[in-house]
Amino acid sequence: MANRSTPGPPSLATLFLSFLAIGSTSFGGGLLGWIRRELVERRGWIDDQQFLVCFGISQMVPGATNVNLSVIVGTQLRGVPGALVAISGLLLAPFAILLALGTLYFAARNVPGSGTLNAALVGAGAAAIGFNIATGIRLAHHNIRRVGPALVAGAIIIGIGILRIPLLEVLLVMLPASLAVTLLERAR
Amino acid sequence: MIATLLQIAAMFSVLSLLAFGGGAAVLPDMQRQAVDVHHWLTSREFLDMFALSRAIPPGSMIVVLIGQKTAGIAGAVVALLAMFGPSSLLAYAVARLWHRTGGAAWRETLERALAPVSIGVTIASGIAIARTTEHDLAAYAVTVVTTLLLSLTRLHPLAVMGGGAVVLALTGV
Repeated sequence: MANRSTPGPPSLATLFLSFLAIGSTSFGGGLLGWIRRELVERRGWIDDQQFLVCFGISQMVPGATNVNLSVIVGTQLRGVPGALVAISGLLLAPFAILLALGTLYFAARNVPGSGTLNAALVGAGAAAIGFNIATGIRLAHHNIRRVGPALVAGAIIIGIGILRIPLLEVLLVMLPASLAVTLLERAR
Repeated sequence: MIATLLQIAAMFSVLSLLAFGGGAAVLPDMQRQAVDVHHWLTSREFLDMFALSRAIPPGSMIVVLIGQKTAGIAGAVVALLAMFGPSSLLAYAVARLWHRTGGAAWRETLERALAPVSIGVTIASGIAIARTTEHDLAAYAVTVVTTLLLSLTRLHPLAVMGGGAVVLALTGV
């Protein structure tokens, strides 16, 4: 899988700082995009294929997908310490900010932020959604080369995005379907 | 105090393992337990906390505020550990299991099958979130423009997201 000159596993400090940066930049959303940008594009610690596998696993496990993803990538890079460092780096800044926001809220008894700030947050959130979709498009561009997998991805987009079928139900149908497609293509 | 912390730990560690597809799945149950069963906070407070925590990654961070309201900083820490600990342990166990099977032919097939599914879910989740009630025409425009800019150019995501924030702040939602 290491087709390009893949760098060795990062030090725990570097890994922590990377996830600290991811957690600190993703306010408003776009976390998945930030994770891929940092780990795949900037650092080259994992490639797209590994990223997709880790992401796939993180979705089948309960809990916040991005936290699971961080744990799985951390484990892959540096074992248990890697997982611990990744999750603490990811959560540190958001946790600190929320404590501060909470203190403000409990003192003032209302949600801080005027209409303008709220509008700005909605705008950043809307852009963050675009960032995640763009990440998906880039991944598709680099990794989907055949009709079968393209149909699988398309069916999922319609199922969850348009028809709003719950994720778990879609996965239960589409994972076996994708497996069948892969086996069929291999058989040919 | 200790009893309250234990209650917080128990409640969130169960929800942690029930949160299939992410934290949103267990929000209604979280509200019911925190508000109706334990009386830690009012419905109004729950909604305020939801609004406050929504923009903070990685999702489910409302538990920090619930813990903080109920038992101070210790409560916040316990809530965070309880919400992310059990699911992370499970993720770790599955990842380990996965790596132990490295090299097996069936695993490579499975990995190849997983790729289009993950890609589909990534794009689909973005669309699904955009289709919530709050996403008005201006927000849709920002989402579409951002999607195009970030998939076609090398612009920095922060610049584009900042742009989205400024546009909606100026036009007013």
